[in-house]
Amino acid sequence: MSKKYHVTTTVNGDGYEYLCEAQQTLLDVLRDELQLAGTKEGCATGDCGACTVMVDGTMVCACLVLAVETDGAKVDTIEGMAQGDKLHPLQQKFLELNGSQCGICTPGILIAARALLARNPDPTETEIRYWLAGNLCRCTGYDKIIRSVQAAAKEMRGA
Amino acid sequence: MRSGGVTRVDVRYEAPETLQAAVALLASAGEPAKILAGGTDVIVQMETDLIEPALLVDIKKIPELRQIVAENGGFRIGAAVPGLTIMDHAALAKTWPGVLDGVKLIGSIQVRGRASIGGNLCNGSPAADSVPPLIAAGAIARIIGSKGTREVPVEKIPTAPGKTSLAKDEIIASFFLPPRAPHSGDAYQRFTPRTEMDIAVVGVGINLTLDSSGTCTAARVVLGAVAPTVLLSKECADALIGTKVDAAALDKLAAAASAACRPIDDKRGTKEYRIKIAGVLAKRTAQQALEVARKN
Repeated sequence: MSKKYHVTTTVNGDGYEYLCEAQQTLLDVLRDELQLAGTKEGCATGDCGACTVMVDGTMVCACLVLAVETDGAKVDTIEGMAQGDKLHPLQQKFLELNGSQCGICTPGILIAARALLARNPDPTETEIRYWLAGNLCRCTGYDKIIRSVQAAAKEMRGA
Repeated sequence: MRSGGVTRVDVRYEAPETLQAAVALLASAGEPAKILAGGTDVIVQMETDLIEPALLVDIKKIPELRQIVAENGGFRIGAAVPGLTIMDHAALAKTWPGVLDGVKLIGSIQVRGRASIGGNLCNGSPAADSVPPLIAAGAIARIIGSKGTREVPVEKIPTAPGKTSLAKDEIIASFFLPPRAPHSGDAYQRFTPRTEMDIAVVGVGINLTLDSSGTCTAARVVLGAVAPTVLLSKECADALIGTKVDAAALDKLAAAASAACRPIDDKRGTKEYRIKIAGVLAKRTAQQALEVARKN
């Protein structure tokens, strides 16, 4: 019987307590234990960014974080992005401008783009492309992704 | 974990709050133990069954490993400070732009939110991007173990791919970047087929100091990804010292850099290609370091 670790955390503002094994990743726990399957698994080795989430305000790959490390931490995932029925401007623009094709990369890209706009409300196209370099889109719809981020940034600036 | 049905060892996780406690855990571990900092290599290696540690010692709750402080005119960077924190440090960016350029090239933003320079070094890859500029800077690692503290130049730590000179119970606590003489500059460049999310075909870190007439009085030249470990090359430094870092000196540097290489063939480049690129990149990096030095 493997040793279990008790983790107390908040995910999208809601308190959670769970037991996990030391080697379980945050991604495993989010999807399989907490039933928060909006965060996707792509490569599981930190190369694709599909599992991008925020831990204590830092953008990370959930597959490269052990769940046990997040005891006491504040985790934010795609499930917390819309406010009830009201989509975040990034989500809205991805819908309007077809920033999402198959959709697997979309949650990670939305989380990453929101982190970028929090740091830099008016990024250049180059800055957006470099910031999102760790988020792979297997449909290769990069141009529409960039346009969607630019449009959302513009709206969020009130421009 | 996706382990293909293989029975896994039961992993124990500890997150001590002092270095002494962390060292004691490592010293008393009867089974394979691994230090966990950012985890961007360790967790991948666990996930892919390359390593099967029975004990993980998470060092991120140890305060001195998570801070950057000014010390004796230089900087002390905790070994577990994440790359993003280093990149956002304005004084470090001004004083050691080459070190920051190395850190900026590690993985993605997501990876740099976790990855540390201590981990980048201890992972033992000859292509680690932060290691050549740290060695070029003359960084000294402070290593804590059961027998006490050692201060070791970073170039003495990697011994082979994936191997270091650290004992089982030793932890790198921090790196000291020394004070800068006037007219000093550093730079790191790497060559990769893609601009982001790639692993160096060749990396070059150079740190040099000029006198008031613009003659190079000190230089450290470090080559990455062209030998089993990162290489500090005296021959390359000698090509620059005593010169104005002019075209003739840069040609000598390029020849010395190519001569120092002992590369392998792999999917990123052949031996011949790496040898040629090492010379080209050494020149470019020296020119960049020279620009920085002239402004300081």
